[in-house]
This record gives sequence, C-alpha cells and structure tokens, in this order.
Amino acid sequence: MEPILQVRNLKKYFPVKGLFFTKGHVKAVDDISFEIRRGETFGLVGESGCGKTTTGRTILRLIEPTDGEVIFQGKNIMELKGDEMKWFRRKAQIMFQDPYSSLNPRQTVFEVIMEPVRFHGIHVDDPEEFVIKLLESVGLNEMHLYRYPHEFSGGQRQRIALARLLALRPEFIVLDEPTSALDVSVQANILNTLKDIQREFGFTYLFISHDLGVVKYMSHRMGVMYLGKLVEVGPSDEIFEKPLHPYTQLLLSAIPVPDPELAKELKAKRMKVEGEPPSPINPPSGCRFHPRCPFAKDICKKQEPPLMEAEKDHYVACWLYSKA
Amino acid sequence: MPEPILEVRDLTVHFYTYAGIVKAIERVSFDVYKGETFALVGETGCGKSVTSRALTQLIESPGRIVGGKVIYHSDKGPIDLLKLSEEEIREIRGKEIAYIFQDPHASLDPLYQVGYQIAEAMVVHNTVKDLKEGLQRALSILKRVLIPDPESRIKNYPHEMSGGMKQRVVIGTGLTNNPKVLIADEPTTALDVTVQAQILDLMNKLKRDYNTTLILITHNMGVVAEMADRIAVMYAGKIAEIGTAEQIFKNPLHPYTQGLLKAVPNPMKRIERLDAIPGTVPNLITPPSGCRFHPRCPFAKDICKQKVPELKEIEDGHFVACHLY
Repeated sequence: MEPILQVRNLKKYFPVKGLFFTKGHVKAVDDISFEIRRGETFGLVGESGCGKTTTGRTILRLIEPTDGEVIFQGKNIMELKGDEMKWFRRKAQIMFQDPYSSLNPRQTVFEVIMEPVRFHGIHVDDPEEFVIKLLESVGLNEMHLYRYPHEFSGGQRQRIALARLLALRPEFIVLDEPTSALDVSVQANILNTLKDIQREFGFTYLFISHDLGVVKYMSHRMGVMYLGKLVEVGPSDEIFEKPLHPYTQLLLSAIPVPDPELAKELKAKRMKVEGEPPSPINPPSGCRFHPRCPFAKDICKKQEPPLMEAEKDHYVACWLYSKA
Repeated sequence: MPEPILEVRDLTVHFYTYAGIVKAIERVSFDVYKGETFALVGETGCGKSVTSRALTQLIESPGRIVGGKVIYHSDKGPIDLLKLSEEEIREIRGKEIAYIFQDPHASLDPLYQVGYQIAEAMVVHNTVKDLKEGLQRALSILKRVLIPDPESRIKNYPHEMSGGMKQRVVIGTGLTNNPKVLIADEPTTALDVTVQAQILDLMNKLKRDYNTTLILITHNMGVVAEMADRIAVMYAGKIAEIGTAEQIFKNPLHPYTQGLLKAVPNPMKRIERLDAIPGTVPNLITPPSGCRFHPRCPFAKDICKQKVPELKEIEDGHFVACHLY
C-alpha cells in the first residue's frame, strides 16, 4: 500500500523558561520517522508525556515542528502556504479527546457543522439536508439539528465532532484519544462507528491512545513511543503477539486483562520494572529506556539505537536486535 | 462461612439540586467479608463512589443519606455507622475505615511536606504521642510503600513528586493507622499502566501483610479481574449483580453485566467487532420505571417496565436483580 503520509526526522522541542534564560528544552518529540499507508489505521501508543499527542498535532502543523518534514500526498506540508495550506487543512482533520471543549457552546449542531463547510467554500444545494445526512451517518438524526452542545451526552458530542469533520470529506484523520473521556459501553459504540465510516469513505486514521485494548481493536499497524522516541513500529497483531522492544514488553505485560484466570497467569509472568519514566528535559544517554531495562548492556548507555527492521515490516530501536 | 465486616442494607442517598432530586443510590445492599477484596464496578454516575462515601457518612450537602443501615463489625461489637454522630464517626473514619481517592494531587496539601501530612493523620487519631514520633513513623511508612530514598523524600512537597509517587504517599497515609477496611476509589485511574501495575502490586502486598479488607471502586474491568475476590456491578444507582470474580466474568447473569463485559476491548484477543450497549445511562432525577436498565436491555419484557426487580440468589453467593431469573 502506498503511504499517504510520511514523517521524516520530526522534532519538537519546547523551551523551558528560567528567570532570565531558557533553562533547557523538553524534547517532546525527538527525531522520529514513520509512514502511514492509505486506508489503514495507524495506532500510536505510549504513556503520558511520551510525545504521542505532540506528534499528532505537529503532523497537522497545529504546532510548528522544531525540525523535520511531513510529506502528505507528495507535498511537504511544512512548506505549504495560502491556498495549498487551506487544501491541507481540509484534507487532514483532527478529533480531540474532550468533547466538552471541542464544540462551541453558542452554536447549534447545524451551525457547528456548517461553519467549516462555508469557510472552505464547499457548495451544498440544501444545507439542512446535507447536515441531516451527516448526522445519520454517525448515528444521530434530524431531531438533533437545532440543539445546542450542552443538550448532549459526551458520546453524542463526539458524534457531532465526527459529523463536522466528515462534512469536509477529509482523507486523513488524527484521532487523539477520541474515547478516553467516555464510558466503556459508549466507547464501544463510537469505536464501531469509526470503523464503519472508515470502510465507507476509505479514511486513513492516526489513532492516538494510551489504552492498549482500544488500539489493538482499532489499528492495523502501530508505533510505540517512549520519552519522545519511537521504539517499535509494526503490524499491531504481531506487536501484541511478540513485542520486541523491552519497553513494549513491559507495557503489554502491565495491562490488566478483563479475565480473572488469564490475569493470574499473566501476572505471574509480569515483568518487574521499577521506577517511572524519567524527565524528558534531561533524558538518559544512549537508549532512553536503559536505566529501567532489565537487559541493558554497555552499548545501551552510550549509543542511541536506530530504528532497524528486525523482521519483515517490523521495526525496533534496540541494541538487542542489532546484527552488528 | 466467611465473616462479614460490613453489612450494608437498603442504603439510599439523594441529592437535592435545583433541577430536582437526584436519586444517586436506591436501596443498595451487600456484605463485605473480612480480609477480602470487594469491588464495586460500574460506569460514570452509577453510584459506586457515592456508595463508598456513604458508608462513613462522607456525603456533603446537597446530598443526604435518606435511609439504610451500615453495620460495621468492630472489635467492640457491631455498630450502625449511619447512627453515629459526626464526632463518633470521625473516630472511625481515617482510623478503622480509611480512604484512598482517585486524584493523588487533590488528596495532598501543596503547602506541607509529605512527611508532615502522614504524621498529622496519626496525631489526629492519637496513634502517636507527638509530631516527632509521627515523623519517625512516617519514614517507616514511606519505606513500606516502597518509595526510594525515603529520608530525603519525606521532606518533599507534593509538587516535587510524580503522580505514582504521590499515590504511594496517599496509600501510606491511608494505612498509617492500620485500618481494618481500606476503601480505594479509582486508586489508579490517574496513573499510567506501568505505574498502575506497580501500585496494584503494592496494594495487594500491603493487604496481605496487614490483613486489611479492601473495597475497590473502579470502572476498569481489567483492574477488577486482577484484584477482586467478589464483585458488585452497579447500574444507575442500583446493584445489578453480586458474585465472585469467577461467577461474574465466566457466567454473568444480568444483561448489563453481559453487555459491559462484551464492550471492553480485551488486548489479548483479536476482536472483529465489539458488542456495544445501545443508548446511554439514564438521568437519575427521573430514572426509568421498573428495572432501570430496561430501555437499553435486549431482553426487556413487560414486567421489566413495571416492577423493580429484587436481588435474588441464583447460585451459591451469586445474586442478580433481573426478571429473567
């Protein structure tokens, strides 16, 4: 499958201000490269502060990167201006985590959905009909047309946000923890809707989440981030079955499984790793996971491992898999 | 026969708001046995937190405990916790029945060093004679909750610690007076999975070491599967089902429990499509008549709309409130 989006050496450093001078930088995203293929869902996982959200926003240029490029359909979006940028803004959309702050409380559902349509100068014959169709495709109906956001539950609001971005016929959508604020029974509904519309319209998703069960359910391929670095990229099923990077192994073994028998079994095998992720201001030298890694060797402290293809289409940044 | 430490009967809490009376929990009954981990699970607004707080009258205005009994079997014999005066309940709350809340950041005072805060809990309950002794004990508590370098950490302010570290301090504070019952309300929800695993391990270890009874409130079915001996599933302010962890996960009886378990994506399984529960949680000012789950239930019959189902014992220790049985 051809890539719809290629990320090359993307970096985003946030300055940490001292009293007079910049004290240092938070290396939120530090030199990562990957590609997303047309029609797939690429999952991005990691714990809080690993840089997954910053990655999602930098890719869309909602945050300007420190360095690196993002190629979308052959164009480097970091160089786009004017009409071309407007084209990109239409083709690439984002859905946010918090359904309570992503909709204007003073606009009705109709206005919420029509505003971006008007902005992009998309002609629709019958706006009402157009919005009703969109609402129906996300599981709402015409009854909801002239209501305000506060009249809806969290799950319904996420559906409105979804209808709004569908109106622009995007090709690529960043889903940033779209169900983290929702209850499990509602979450399942939204995830199924996301899968349905992907099949119908052929969307490509970047799915950002800290919930590994959800990522496993949604994504075809996935990337695992740790302290601003991509440590592993590959087909989701393969990563869940046979994680290569010790951090991925730790992460997967830490998930509590909703099955008491299996939980007991997995708990016995659980990796014991002490400590928490260190500060991204002064990340450890070499491999950033080495202070917590049970398999750390000398080289891990000194040299940063590159992302290498360990198996077909399965990449890992770890010296354990280096052939040299 | 396991010995109950808490017997909750017909516990009812209402919130008197401008919009109307929110019937947060209605006639909730269950037993908690000595030494077990009892989990209260359910989604937002099902009343699990309200239930746990009502056990020691920790309900603030506009909420009020409208009815029910909470029999606590203390060393001195059974007491109805809801009959105690504010002063008497304070003697028990924090000492014999302690709480750990979800957000460790909100549980700690930003203006005091963590060591002082742990010591204070002991001074208030007279388990130590002065603050100095309290601070010494605080050091051993930090060691107990496996905080590295406790000698220097004891002088830390909360903002100098990470989320996982703070939650360890909160757990330590909860355990200072060797409580008989520890109520943990979503103790790991604010934490990352790898840290969550560490904290759950710690809680299990401490529970074993001190023979504490643990009441765990959570919405995470994975955490429940890993921790609980027995489970009560709540929906819209009522208990839908109670059973052992095995009964609930292997043989869920209530259609809501069945739906909930199918809606969780299991990371260890390949799932083509999740079975979602249609609709949303009802508002509790005007809850549905009869069984509160009937508008979302695929098996709803006429009787479900009319009559509130009572909890019935279907197999040994497995109770369900559903007209199907």
